[in-house]
Amino acid sequence: MYRQIRAFFNTRGYLEVDTPVLMPATSTDVHIGSLEVSCALRRLFLQTSPEYAMKRLLAAGSGSIFQIGHAFRQDEQGRLHNPEFSLLEWYREGYDYQQLMDEMELLIISLSLRQCNFSRITYRQLFRQSLGLVIDDISLTQLRTECSRRIPGCEPQDLDFDQCLDLLLAMVIAPEMRGYQFVCDYPLSQAALARVSGNDASVAERFELFFDGVELANGFSELTDASQQRARFESDNLVRAQKGLPQHDIDEFLLAALDHGLEDCAGVALGLDRLLMVLLNLDSIDQVLTFRA
Amino acid sequence: MASYSTNEFRGGLKIMLDGDPCSIIDNEFVKPGKGQAFNRVKIRNLKNGRVLDKTFKSGESVEAADVVDTEMQYLYNDGEFWHFMDPESYEQQAGDANAVGDAHLWLKAQDHCEVTLYNGSPIAVTPPNFVELEITDTDPGLKGDTAQGGTKPATLETGAVVKVPLFLEIGEQVKVDTRSGEYMSRVKK
Repeated sequence: MYRQIRAFFNTRGYLEVDTPVLMPATSTDVHIGSLEVSCALRRLFLQTSPEYAMKRLLAAGSGSIFQIGHAFRQDEQGRLHNPEFSLLEWYREGYDYQQLMDEMELLIISLSLRQCNFSRITYRQLFRQSLGLVIDDISLTQLRTECSRRIPGCEPQDLDFDQCLDLLLAMVIAPEMRGYQFVCDYPLSQAALARVSGNDASVAERFELFFDGVELANGFSELTDASQQRARFESDNLVRAQKGLPQHDIDEFLLAALDHGLEDCAGVALGLDRLLMVLLNLDSIDQVLTFRA
Repeated sequence: MASYSTNEFRGGLKIMLDGDPCSIIDNEFVKPGKGQAFNRVKIRNLKNGRVLDKTFKSGESVEAADVVDTEMQYLYNDGEFWHFMDPESYEQQAGDANAVGDAHLWLKAQDHCEVTLYNGSPIAVTPPNFVELEITDTDPGLKGDTAQGGTKPATLETGAVVKVPLFLEIGEQVKVDTRSGEYMSRVKK
């Protein structure tokens, strides 16, 4: 699989890069925990993805790049999770997220031994089609009622709007998904590092790829505006403070890089353990890891 | 009071839920990559045996239940309570009909079983998976009918009634699977 992936990107004009796993800054994402390492009296973090470093390379003029590496996330362990996992991450200059999805389809077809069927649906359509919910019109109270009605033993009183959506997506919608399905145009509250859509200012140009409901990849038309990015990091840290989670220093190197200028590009991270797992028709990540943490 | 975080959840862990001691049967970690993590947990209520599903936000904590499973020897039934003894400390425990449940059908004096203690008192009794018991009552055996595979009810020394092959007689020992209540084989002395 690695040989085929490298061949795919090499013939398409990408440069393979290798960025550090251990860095002084880390993701402020509220739902992603970083593993800390103390080293020569400094606090360093095992990277939760190579995103910040790769964007710094892009801003420095690297051109389109890809990387195969390991990423680490605290407290993620289960049938589909291991705290250390393999990521294939790539950035294509001049592409938007739709073009990147096209390229991803080609990659997966080249890796798959079987016929692949891809479909695309917006986050909004997905909720309407699967649950009959119009997420733009629904109140938090109604959404919580949906959670308790559809999910056994769920107490959604203290869940916020996005947590309710996460819960319904993970436990009700995803198990019913079949084949390769791109979900795109996420609500702005889940934009992460994605650009706000040019056509609809209420959604972000973010997509995820699922296979039979297993989440494989997450990608964006990248946000290149340093001040918007800083505002999102700061708001993440505010939410972290409210939840009693550690706040993380904002990666000033990344913001300086964005400030210097990042060309329009799209990027995506694809979980290779899970991809291999679904390509081989297996149902647990354990079955493809060499050794488990 | 001790408590467990969802990160510590695993099969067999004993927790308190709505005031009842429960045992975790199965724990699944579910998380959208950039979203809230949840633990979907299957739990058995140790008081009434009911199995229920529960969804926790990952990182939440629940109270630990003071529940221990101990291997004990069954002594006797005084009409109201079943009495058990720890074979090492000789400490005795008495369980009522609620705690013993259907296990009494398989308990023969001197046999070992698993007693679940909650705050020091029995709340559940689990017999061994297989027990050997004597037939105390059944219709007379029918020779030559073994090929038909027919069965008849037989009462065992503990009071349990199981279906046994036609050729078995009163006084014979049989091996029974206590989980299904099914006859396994005849035990030759």
